[in-house]
Amino acid sequence: MIELIAQNPILAALIALVGLAIIFGALLGFAAEKFKVEGNPIVEQIDELLPQTQCGQCGFPGCRPYAESIANGDAINKCPPGGQATINAIASLLDVPAPELDEEHGQESPVRTVAYIREDECIGCTKCIQACPVDAILGAAKLMHTVIADECTGCDLCVEPCPVDCIDMLPVAETLTDWSWSIPKKPGQLIATDTRGELSHAHTQGGGA
Amino acid sequence: MSQTWVTPGGVHPPENKHQSLTQSIGVLPLPEKLVVPLNQHIGAPAIPCVEVGQKVLKGEVIAKAAGTVSIPMHAPSSGVVSAIEHRPIAHASGMLAPCIEITTDGEDRWIAHEGVDDYEHLAPRKLLEIIANAGISGMGGAGFPSAVKLNPGRQRPILTLIVNATECEPYITADDSAIRERAAEIVEGIKILSAILDHPDNIFIGIEDNKPEAIEALAPHVEGTGISVVSFPTKYPSGGEKQLIYILTGKEIPSGKLPADLGMVCINIGTTYAIKRAVVNGEPLISRVTTVTGDAVGVQRNYETLIGTPVSHLLAHSAFDEKACSRVIMGGPMMGFTLPSADVPIVKTTNCILAPSYAEIPDDEPAQPCIRCGMCAEACPVSLLPQQLFWYSQAQDHERLEAHNLFDCIECGACSYVCPSNIPLVQYYRASKSEIRKARAEKVKSDHARERFEFHKLRMEQAEREKEEKRTARREAALQASAAPSNPSSSVPSSSAADIIAAAQARAAAKQATPEQQQAQLERTIAAAEQRLIVAEQKLAEAIEKGSANQSVLSAAVENTRQKLEQAKAKLAELTA
Repeated sequence: MIELIAQNPILAALIALVGLAIIFGALLGFAAEKFKVEGNPIVEQIDELLPQTQCGQCGFPGCRPYAESIANGDAINKCPPGGQATINAIASLLDVPAPELDEEHGQESPVRTVAYIREDECIGCTKCIQACPVDAILGAAKLMHTVIADECTGCDLCVEPCPVDCIDMLPVAETLTDWSWSIPKKPGQLIATDTRGELSHAHTQGGGA
Repeated sequence: MSQTWVTPGGVHPPENKHQSLTQSIGVLPLPEKLVVPLNQHIGAPAIPCVEVGQKVLKGEVIAKAAGTVSIPMHAPSSGVVSAIEHRPIAHASGMLAPCIEITTDGEDRWIAHEGVDDYEHLAPRKLLEIIANAGISGMGGAGFPSAVKLNPGRQRPILTLIVNATECEPYITADDSAIRERAAEIVEGIKILSAILDHPDNIFIGIEDNKPEAIEALAPHVEGTGISVVSFPTKYPSGGEKQLIYILTGKEIPSGKLPADLGMVCINIGTTYAIKRAVVNGEPLISRVTTVTGDAVGVQRNYETLIGTPVSHLLAHSAFDEKACSRVIMGGPMMGFTLPSADVPIVKTTNCILAPSYAEIPDDEPAQPCIRCGMCAEACPVSLLPQQLFWYSQAQDHERLEAHNLFDCIECGACSYVCPSNIPLVQYYRASKSEIRKARAEKVKSDHARERFEFHKLRMEQAEREKEEKRTARREAALQASAAPSNPSSSVPSSSAADIIAAAQARAAAKQATPEQQQAQLERTIAAAEQRLIVAEQKLAEAIEKGSANQSVLSAAVENTRQKLEQAKAKLAELTA
């Protein structure tokens, strides 16, 4: 037998290759079982990118179900709270072209809003508490309710069930701590003879240089 | 003279320091109103502890520190608290912030205060407490509470103390003039720092070689103290903390680390003076040296300025020509920012008010497209790639910005200074930095929201499950209850209604224990039945008379009543028999 193999190099090579294939195949098979990834990682990654407002504007009950649906091939432009930034991020994750936001599901709001209950008018019906997906509304039956502003995601799911319309979505005011410089106009867009007003406005912001 | 190292990059803008050094440090007349912002430092804003209308003395605490990383505020002069409200402050945004306004009474009367003489024998903890209570934060730029900076913890012993007297920005001479006139006190302040830090091995005063008078002034005081004054060639920005540390020690502070991680602490020289005043004289930080300079002011000099003095007051006493002034800048021409109005107050970090003429600092030229000349990369003192950062900022590519170490940018402005296309590069970096920070904060918030949503879902599911369990339990209990009577206790199934009534009657009869009671009951029943019979018969008679339709019903009722009466009578007879 050994002699036969020694005599036929082709046979020797064949046996060596098949042997290697079997060894590595077994190794891979073992690794696939041993280091099996639980769940669907792509869903996790998409869910990470979604804004977690749980508003349901995409037509799914929460961000995770929408993430699952995207993983199964749904359109990625159904999330108005996330806006174009989220669409771009998901597009680059999935390596697909980034479409515009689907207006059918709502419009992107430029400022973040939080719910505010006009407490004098609240009748304590608890309907908004039941509607809140993140338990950000505090109150009890027949007692006044209030929104914990820090926990509110601005999904506005509580507005519609309120029987006395005492919930407003108020924009979050900018404070000194979260104020930021704005990105300047693209260079080359202005020439010296262009609006002088714009220039003098610009340098109240651009102390730097 | 010890060895110095050379930082990469840097620029040499015109120094323009001599204008404000012709006179000594001046004192301004007391302003009518002082406005003390509650947040002049990095950390939580101070909490007011006075009321409107309250009289305060110079040096009295008017706002308390909110937590560890915060500082208290003191009344810069005696007077009455006239308002606690939002006012414009020195911030590039032009936004309002909470301030305490004091209407001065002109007396400038100090509150009782007392310093300590032998600080050498005081515990470092006690000294830090004095510094914290004096409201001292870094006076060089950022305004980090000094007591926190000087207390890095036991696991990070400080071996090198660096006093920053670089003052590398053009125009500013506040530190320079303070050293010239107050060298003895400054050196004493450094000795206090040395005592707090348990006498570090090396104490350097880093100073640029364009301040020979200051170096000379320090020389006699540092002799024999172990403090070495190190001068090095002038270059902007040598005064950045990390730059100065490299120049003096040759060590680079890694990205994201603090000097304390390498056993170093860097303190501004103005802060050491404030520390001396606090410890030895017992005076809180209520004034600082501020340079007023630029061609649009007639008198260019340094002033010992009370914190809270309006910039307009400072300018008014410096022969300010508003028409000639292109803009009022707080800080220097490189890193300062244009003030939205001259009504904002001087704060603990205000080292300079610059009022340049149009010739000195003209309006910004419009930005031209980037030509990729690479001059910004040569000028960058942190060896970043400013033009790459610029492109990525425009594209808002946060990932690449972070990969190119945007957060190591010290915003010194050297890149925009050399840019031949006049691109306001620093503004791009500032905007991008805050955008990235915002995105990070949003990420934290959305993760938190996800957690809460998942918990909410879990809670709802659990509540639903519990409800379902209760429902099934109730259903089973009902089934068992209906099955129970058919058990062996009663052999005859009580199916018909008549049986049930009979059983109930039997039970009722059984309950009536004595025959007397039963008799009384029957007699009552008979009496009632007789009454009913009479009424029914009357009704029947009436009905017959009127020829009403319900005669048959009524006659049946009469018959029924009569039967019941007879039954009751029979029973009574049975009982009495």
